[in-house]
Amino acid sequence: MDLKKLAENNSYLAKGHRTCQGCAIPIIVRTALRALDSPAVIVCATGCLQVTTTPYPQTSWELPYMHSALENVGATAAGIEGANIFQQNKSGNIALKKSQKEIKIIAFGGDGATYDIGLQSLSAAFERGQNFLYLCYDNQAYMNTGVQRSSATPLGAWTTTSERGVNGKGKKEIRKSMTEIALAHKLPYIAQASPSHILDLYEKVKKALGIKGPKFINVLSPCPLGWKYSPELTVKLANLAVNTRFWPLFEAENGRVKITVPVENPLPLIEFLKPQGRFAHLFKDKNSEIIKSLEIGIEQDW
Amino acid sequence: MINGIIINNPGSTREEKTGKWRTGLKPEWSSDKCRHCAVCFHFCPENAIIFSREKMTGLDYDYCKGCGICVFECPFRALKMVRDN
Amino acid sequence: MNKIRALTGGQASAFAMRQINPGVVPVYPITPQTPIVEFFAKYAAAGDVDSEVITVESEHSALSCAIGAAAAGVRAMTATSSQGLALMFEMLYIASGLRLPIVMSVANRSLSAPINIHCDHSDSLGVRSAGWVQIYCENPQEVYDSTLLAVRLAEGAQTPVMVLQDGFITSHCVEGVKILEDEIVTEYIGKYRSAYNLLNHEKPLTVNPTVPDSIYAEAKAEQEKAIKSVGDLFIAESQSLAELTGRPLKICEAYGTDDAEAILVVQSSMAGTVRSVVEDLRKKGLPVGLIKNRLYRPFPDKEISRLIGGCPVVGVIDRTAAFGEYPPLYSDVLASIYDKDIHPYMESYQLGLGGTDVRAEEIEAIFMNLLDEAKGLKASKNHGS
Repeated sequence: MDLKKLAENNSYLAKGHRTCQGCAIPIIVRTALRALDSPAVIVCATGCLQVTTTPYPQTSWELPYMHSALENVGATAAGIEGANIFQQNKSGNIALKKSQKEIKIIAFGGDGATYDIGLQSLSAAFERGQNFLYLCYDNQAYMNTGVQRSSATPLGAWTTTSERGVNGKGKKEIRKSMTEIALAHKLPYIAQASPSHILDLYEKVKKALGIKGPKFINVLSPCPLGWKYSPELTVKLANLAVNTRFWPLFEAENGRVKITVPVENPLPLIEFLKPQGRFAHLFKDKNSEIIKSLEIGIEQDW
Repeated sequence: MINGIIINNPGSTREEKTGKWRTGLKPEWSSDKCRHCAVCFHFCPENAIIFSREKMTGLDYDYCKGCGICVFECPFRALKMVRDN
Repeated sequence: MNKIRALTGGQASAFAMRQINPGVVPVYPITPQTPIVEFFAKYAAAGDVDSEVITVESEHSALSCAIGAAAAGVRAMTATSSQGLALMFEMLYIASGLRLPIVMSVANRSLSAPINIHCDHSDSLGVRSAGWVQIYCENPQEVYDSTLLAVRLAEGAQTPVMVLQDGFITSHCVEGVKILEDEIVTEYIGKYRSAYNLLNHEKPLTVNPTVPDSIYAEAKAEQEKAIKSVGDLFIAESQSLAELTGRPLKICEAYGTDDAEAILVVQSSMAGTVRSVVEDLRKKGLPVGLIKNRLYRPFPDKEISRLIGGCPVVGVIDRTAAFGEYPPLYSDVLASIYDKDIHPYMESYQLGLGGTDVRAEEIEAIFMNLLDEAKGLKASKNHGS
């Protein structure tokens, strides 16, 4: 597969969605859905993706799509899967017109829905071995409500609830490691991807869709508004995240971690931090130790 | 009876020409410099790069929001930002 | 006509669920509904049902799961109580807002804090505005009958239904329950009917979009109309069920109200106590009556008003605490009769909180007070003051 051939695949997401200029989410969603080769249904948490793609009476989605609430994607997907299994087992069902085959369930959620409020529901879906792919578009804060910190927000990052001032230097806590949480559930497939590496993301989704059981792919989603940078830099920032080892690209099949995009000589972290306004305060002398902590964290994670 | 709770018109956001969001700049494509690598196609959040049968043929200004990612990422400098009238 | 089985209320729920054979049943335990999901899980393990039993990790997820399943084209049922019902709060509104015909069994239990596992109606009355049909059952027989009826109501009006029974009092007490044959139930409930199906790949749907003000208001207006229609639908469906069971379920059951000077309005199992007191007092020639309300939402304002009629004194028993407000059932009765120019003397009682035993003596004392009031009213009318 190459980028030219991939362009021929249907992305199931029509133009005209209301995402911000330079938003990475549609890049991620389209690339992921180009890997579909069977009937599928989308389950989506409340957030940027839901709100920008379903402005009544219009919808961008060209396949079955359900939004329920913010924190219950895992449970909703389980109910849909249960319904599908029940229909397959009972003869004479008329619901599945296209095929009597199993449908693929793909769930989308932002970092807020995944790391925070929806973690319980997701963990349970993982533990029960639900057959679905969960793709988190991690823009590292509750962006849809105007940039509030989530447990995915990096140390030191500005958000409206981790402000900077006399008493604030951005987020005081380190990011939650969703990767390790997913690994602890012993899922058959876990991966991290980036919109800067299209084919890598595509291959991961394709592989995941061919595996039975719960699959988790975490995709970094740079946000011009929340990260405070000019929109044309979205892909570049994602690239820097990968090449500074801030966001390693790997996959883990049954727990065996493998780096899919090797970064032999990582760029210094400040290359990734500097273009983002949300980290601007870290470049004042007093705050350099925050950068150091971030760097150490990245070493450890790698 | 199912007013407002479902939308049964798939892909209907096409009716909203988000190209009107542009604020003065738009990308301009030089077909002679273009190598049809499809990089800009995949990086465009709006799916506004027109690419078919492995060749780029232009831009869909009806939906281009003018973010500039394509200009920034093109390996062959086949796109540049110009004034939008 | 029907076979008889010794079943608790919880077993009756599970037995009805087995016969309904829903597609998906998410389960999560909470006292005192736990036996319902346990019995159902046993049926599933024994191969008595085709249902996909999904052991979720919270009641919020239980209802979320049911919502996903119902939208995806299969019957979905679950059960809960108290804190579980409260935890589901936002999902109750989402289920009714999405017009999904989910049927849920609720074993009434008081809401914390402090924590109490026994019966009162603070849980279900606390969610009375969530757009779910509410049917209160006095005994295991009614639980069985109402659960079957609930499926027809839910799918007829495309709105979710909860079937209520008193925790422990009904859910854990054994009675002889007349049941229908499996095939008869299968035929009675028929195929799953839903307004839309998520798993339609020919014309893919987007479910639960973001809407502006006018569309939201329109959707809510349609929902209000739908749940109101359940009043008439209940009568029609109850008749159909009665043809199979021989037991008609009325929206309200009146006992001795025709010439009553004092009536008590009550829901659920406490009606049994009130009924026996009415019997005893009537033997002594005292004109008292009972209205047992079965269908709580949509509230049967016309029916209640008709049964109260010219009775001068009406007491309403709410099985819940009420903080800085008139209790729910009392408020509903009062509002129902007021604009129909029916103005009895009204008294509100809050009894049975946290499972407190409500004894016949207490009900008798209440009736005596109400009768006194009725006498006083008659006297002042006669003296023209």
